[in-house]
Amino acid sequence: MTDAGGSPVLRTRGLRKDFGKGEGLVRAVDEVDLDVAPAETVAVMGPSGCGKSTLLHILGGLERPSAGEVMLAGSRLDQMGERALARLRRTAVGFVFQAFHLIDELTARENVELPALLAGRSPRAARRRATELLDRVGLADRAKFLPAALSGGQRQRVAIARALSNDPLVVLADEPTGNLDSAATLDVLRLFDSLRSTGQTLVIVTHDPRIAATSDRLISMRDGAFTGETRLTGSARGARGGLGALAGLEG
Amino acid sequence: MGRVLLVGRLAARDLRRRPATAVLMLLAIVAATTTLTLGLALHGTTSHPYDTTRAATAGPDVVAQATLTRSGAQGPLPVDLAGLDALTHAAGVTASSGPYPYTFAAMTAGGRTVSVMVEGRDQAPAAVDRPDLTAGHWIRPGEVVVERTFADTLGLTVGDTVTLGGKSYRVAGIAVTAAIPPYPSVCWLGCYFGPGVPSGNLPGLIWATRSTARSLAIRTEPLSYLLNLRLANPAAATAFADTYNTTHRAPNAPSLMSWQAISDQDGLLVANEQRILSTASWLLGLLAVASVAVLVGGRMTEQTRRVGLLKAVGSTPKLVAAVLLAEHLAVALVAAAIGLFAGWLIAPLLASPGAGLVGAAGTPPVGLSAVGLVIAVALGVAVVATFVPAIRAARMSTVAALADVVPPPKRRGWLIALSARLPAPLLLGLRLMARRPRRAVLSVVSIAIAATGIVAVQVVHASIDQGIGNSSVLDNPQNNRLGQVMLVLSVALVLLAAVNAILIMWATVLDARHAAALARALGATPQQVTAGLSAAQVLPATLGALLGIPCGWGLVEAVRNGNNLAAPPAWWLIATVLGTVAAVAVITALPAWLGASHPAAEVLGSELA
Repeated sequence: MTDAGGSPVLRTRGLRKDFGKGEGLVRAVDEVDLDVAPAETVAVMGPSGCGKSTLLHILGGLERPSAGEVMLAGSRLDQMGERALARLRRTAVGFVFQAFHLIDELTARENVELPALLAGRSPRAARRRATELLDRVGLADRAKFLPAALSGGQRQRVAIARALSNDPLVVLADEPTGNLDSAATLDVLRLFDSLRSTGQTLVIVTHDPRIAATSDRLISMRDGAFTGETRLTGSARGARGGLGALAGLEG
Repeated sequence: MGRVLLVGRLAARDLRRRPATAVLMLLAIVAATTTLTLGLALHGTTSHPYDTTRAATAGPDVVAQATLTRSGAQGPLPVDLAGLDALTHAAGVTASSGPYPYTFAAMTAGGRTVSVMVEGRDQAPAAVDRPDLTAGHWIRPGEVVVERTFADTLGLTVGDTVTLGGKSYRVAGIAVTAAIPPYPSVCWLGCYFGPGVPSGNLPGLIWATRSTARSLAIRTEPLSYLLNLRLANPAAATAFADTYNTTHRAPNAPSLMSWQAISDQDGLLVANEQRILSTASWLLGLLAVASVAVLVGGRMTEQTRRVGLLKAVGSTPKLVAAVLLAEHLAVALVAAAIGLFAGWLIAPLLASPGAGLVGAAGTPPVGLSAVGLVIAVALGVAVVATFVPAIRAARMSTVAALADVVPPPKRRGWLIALSARLPAPLLLGLRLMARRPRRAVLSVVSIAIAATGIVAVQVVHASIDQGIGNSSVLDNPQNNRLGQVMLVLSVALVLLAAVNAILIMWATVLDARHAAALARALGATPQQVTAGLSAAQVLPATLGALLGIPCGWGLVEAVRNGNNLAAPPAWWLIATVLGTVAAVAVITALPAWLGASHPAAEVLGSELA
């Protein structure tokens, strides 16, 4: 799903997030202005603890900013109530976490069905969508497996399928390959690349330059603030597109 | 020795580190041990006041009753006065008084008309059965003496006026007797309410002159007679009465009652209390098992790393299990001591036999066997609730324990499939419930026990209400006392079940932190997650409340003493189920809300870290 008007799907102005008070105050996000266009893949890169995950949580309505504006598809997230935020997370946002966060006792297909069921879809429609998504991430044959029986890469692909369950405007991925080995990382990046090619808007937070190199735009972050931005052209991403940057991984 | 010291030290330190858990565990076991102590202490407490009353009133060893018999084959049979006379000369009988005429009549006092048993007596003191006057003087013409419990219930005092058969009589005195059970048990001898005698209350006993009794009988009922006998061997009274009753089978033959039977009837109040307390103590004991199991389970979740550390420094699985058991056994021993002391203190309040007897029961003795049983129950509660977690901790791999690995939740495929068809809160609730089936079972059991207690009380109340003369004309002191005891026990059951519900809810909230945060990240609203967490508790509570209906009935059926049972009105039962479910929803709402409102990003982020 893309924003029909071509205006940014995600937009922040003067975004700030503070934790603690007085001398213990920590500014996790500091005056961040961001525009993410429809079908764009934006990578936010920086060292651990620089505020990337906090930014992602704010963009997805999981956390409220201390100051500034966040707009998703024209709606002000920072002014929404909890119920409206929840509705937005159901319909417009898909999360992918580093630790996968799959529910242990649910099979791969049941995990993928969950957001659709929470959104009030019929069990049949949720199942159909989950089957379709698992097929798309190459795990149709693992639909009835519990997470414990899947490899790390497979679990993350299930998590990505789950993020796509309600056809979100934007997928927010927090260190999606942080817990994966090279082969699994390659699988996941292939998947992101295919999502990008279908027009899915993606915001990926990472500290791995090889992952960042697969994006349309790379934003550097340090101490909560954006410190630089690089638009990656086709050639910059390598002759074979985004995956060209993954030559190191393939090797 | 060193190992015992180590176990003791580790157990003591851990208890000191978590005082709230230890106190909750203590309270749960104390509730059970106190009730059990009360039940055991009340056993036989009434015999002493009855003996005192019997001595003070020159009480009979046997009471013979002769009445008009309406069911004879040749029509009504006359009162067998010759049979009574023969009894006075029977072998083993050393003295007698009577026969005294009695009848049932309507009496008006203080604007209320009630039924009374009027016994006609001589003005001179009798050789056997001299009612002990606690106020006023003995009967004279135009006066009556009222049995003390009945007088208390009616609020009659010496000098008041009552009306019998249209004539006024002065209350000359208040007295007690050992020959006839006091109000409301007078009908134990047999009652017949003739025309004009109200049946809206159980009759009380009054003494009047023989002529007054005769005059009342003319208008209402033919006279019946009571004969008081003293035996050479009072201990053989039961055998004497039984032998006579079995060998004299004529429909109008006198019926004999031994002093032991009257004593039992007098002690019915405390005996009923004792039966209720004993039953309730087992219910509370089971609830305490559930409470302790939840507390120990929750504690184990927190202590996984500690178990790993103990093992890593060389502790054997046995030692780990011993530390856990030692902790809980120590708490159980303290709880047993507190329960014994509290029960011993409270017992005199419940042991009072009522105004129908003179002399107090005093502080009931708590024998060695009772002490042993109470301690055994307390330790049993701790062992049963701790055994499985202790064994699990002992068997846990050191590496897994050090890594604080939480056991994976159970998968219940059919429940997951079923929940997919339900609205989001029920979907979440059912799945959370299915993750920890043992906890769900504890929840069902805990609520079922409380509901069982409540339904049992309802059945007892309904049965009492259905009994003869239990309309609201007069208070029934026996029923009032039982009602108070049952109310206190019901409150104890409900409170303990409520504590259990909160503990189970809190354990669920802690356990479901990740699942709840994830559900919110996937778009569930805080309200849906709160409702889901509550549903995880309300669903088993509903089942428990429903189970309480047959269990409550079954419980009363199992412990009843030959009394007929009456089903409580359907709306009482429906209200119990709905009220239980609503109460569980309300008391779990706050922990559920706290659990659901925990920032999802923080939970998901901390797990990442």
